[in-house]
Amino acid sequence: MPEKFDVIVVGAGPGGAACANVCAKNGLKVLMVERGEYPGSKNVMGGILYRKQTEEIVPEFWKEAPIERPVVEQRFWMLEKESMVSMGYKGKEWAQEPYNNFTVLRAQFDQWFAQKAVEEGVLLINETVVTECIQEDGKVVGIRTDRPDGDIYADVVVLADGVNSLLAKSLGMRKPMQNEDVALCAMEVLNMPKGKINDRFGLEGNEGCSVEIFGDATKGELGTAFLYTNKDSINIGVGTTLSGMIRSKIKPYELLEYVKNHPMIRPYIHDGESAEYLAHLIPEGGYNAIPKLVGNGVLVIGDAAQLVNAIHREGSNMAMASGKMAAEAIVKAKQNKDFSEVGLDSYRTSIYDSFIGQDLKKYKDLTHTFENNPQYLNEYIPLMNRAASQFFTIDGTPKWDKQAKIMKSMTAGRGKFGVVKDIYQAWKVMK
Amino acid sequence: MHIVVCVKQVPDTKVIKVNPKTNTLDRSSAPAILNPYDAHAVEEAVRLKEQHGGKVTVLSMGPPQAVKAIKKCVEIGADEGVLISDRAFAGADTLATSYALTKAIEKIQKKEPISLVLCGKHAIDGDTGQVGPGIARRMEIPPITNVIKIENVDNKESKVEIRRKIENGYEIIQSQTPCLLTVEKEINEVAYSPMPNMIKAARYEPTVWTVADLDDVDKQQLGMKGSPTIVGKMWPPAKSEGAKLIEGDAKSQVKELVSAVLEKRELFAQKGGK
Repeated sequence: MPEKFDVIVVGAGPGGAACANVCAKNGLKVLMVERGEYPGSKNVMGGILYRKQTEEIVPEFWKEAPIERPVVEQRFWMLEKESMVSMGYKGKEWAQEPYNNFTVLRAQFDQWFAQKAVEEGVLLINETVVTECIQEDGKVVGIRTDRPDGDIYADVVVLADGVNSLLAKSLGMRKPMQNEDVALCAMEVLNMPKGKINDRFGLEGNEGCSVEIFGDATKGELGTAFLYTNKDSINIGVGTTLSGMIRSKIKPYELLEYVKNHPMIRPYIHDGESAEYLAHLIPEGGYNAIPKLVGNGVLVIGDAAQLVNAIHREGSNMAMASGKMAAEAIVKAKQNKDFSEVGLDSYRTSIYDSFIGQDLKKYKDLTHTFENNPQYLNEYIPLMNRAASQFFTIDGTPKWDKQAKIMKSMTAGRGKFGVVKDIYQAWKVMK
Repeated sequence: MHIVVCVKQVPDTKVIKVNPKTNTLDRSSAPAILNPYDAHAVEEAVRLKEQHGGKVTVLSMGPPQAVKAIKKCVEIGADEGVLISDRAFAGADTLATSYALTKAIEKIQKKEPISLVLCGKHAIDGDTGQVGPGIARRMEIPPITNVIKIENVDNKESKVEIRRKIENGYEIIQSQTPCLLTVEKEINEVAYSPMPNMIKAARYEPTVWTVADLDDVDKQQLGMKGSPTIVGKMWPPAKSEGAKLIEGDAKSQVKELVSAVLEKRELFAQKGGK
């Protein structure tokens, strides 16, 4: 008889490792299976790690985790072809404990984070693909792997197998993804000496900066670009919805090249030496795309459960938080010896009651609104740029006249009524 | 039969960078892996054990993190693993390494006699292929290199028949056991490890010995002190230059290529052997 575990976690990313960690801390016997050569070897994200949810798994993690830089400045750039409106916030309080968020390189961070779970007693198996969930009498009772003698059994299987989650699909827990519910992001890591990064971004010591870029970076399609500073490299990337990419016939690598050569971005990254090139899908369907989270003997967490807040580019934190909530539900189920859908249901309610459910609900119509109303990106960002240009250009025109002219140009395209409608609509989906 | 396999953790030379100033390997630039030839040696030992019964013990020398290479061997099917790890071993060349490993094998042997010692052909970071024969010499057992097949194992008569690769074919030789074999990649395909092995390896904690755990050690023969080898100079192989890209459609590309090749007279043997 093959060995039986309390919990099997499929996938050793932030969600899986957090879940395994908390399960093991509570005395459960946990097996975590990872398909990559090591945890993190297959994982991709822009590179921002949030303190709060990480800290809940490993207190004061910044003292030992392989972080790159604490982020002390967040910038937002609204891009036109040859101009931009920029805003942001920089605060020295973010440069000291307990910090706000960090830049990380996933290949290193995930390895460390999974190792913390191993230190709690989790058994980690790498280079192994889980091909299906073993079901008996309508219950998930284990996993089948691609290895000889590869069946393993457990009371609960946690699916943390990422954005595509074939396992959740094959269990019928989620529907196939729609093109507008998923973004394709291409990114590159560019090596650059620390001093040069600090000079270009106006940073001191190990301070980091994150830049979120809207507008022309995605050629008017719904999406964003980003620029994050690591210790001695820069992450630059861009993503748009798959539907947008198909509509505008842009290839992801062409878009990334376009971003890298944009006159507003190029000065920050030029002569960086390309170290890594990555691409990944991001589930951005939001609230309406959340699948069935709980089944008999099975839970879905993180990207596999589509738990990503595309607006605030939060994903890894939601993965970790959902992993923790799943673990807590499993501990409860173990106490009650009930691993059925009902016995594990506290996971579902915790997700919907937490910031994850609340935040995703808040923005639930936002993607579709933007997707169906391209004027937000195509008209208003260029408008902002023109307005700023007019207002700040000293050409002898009185400021009153300038303002009137700007107001007029604001409403020229869509009409006064159209602009009011757009503002109301934007407010409605963001409120 | 008890088989000891000597293995090494090496940087993956497929991705390693060479420091352009010193020409030394920048070991931090590549992940540490089990030397590929050694994986074949472990696989062969495990297959022999499956056929003839017995036990496979893996032995390695290296820094504490080299336990990872031993765990990998347990995935392949090794029963046990020993790492000898001590500051005193650091900086060892092949002479000092073979001495330290021999001392460890002697200790293993005291508990359970050994029928075979297997090694990979060479490590991919140093490419010397000296440690295996060095161990054999010190243990005073026959060294047999470039092994591509272990044909017959006769435990009763303490004999083994081996096929080894030579320049223009192979030779079949018979040896007494114990003996030491260094294996080529052709000897087998490393099997995809079964799940129970993976779980066993994930749990397994290799034995770690320091110098103090070994018996009758002459410390003068260890590490840097015991290493007479001096690396005089190192350089990467010269890059070939003068490559030319032929452009145009397929037809004109072929035409230009053929005439370029025909112009290279040195490529063709001339009459009279000139």
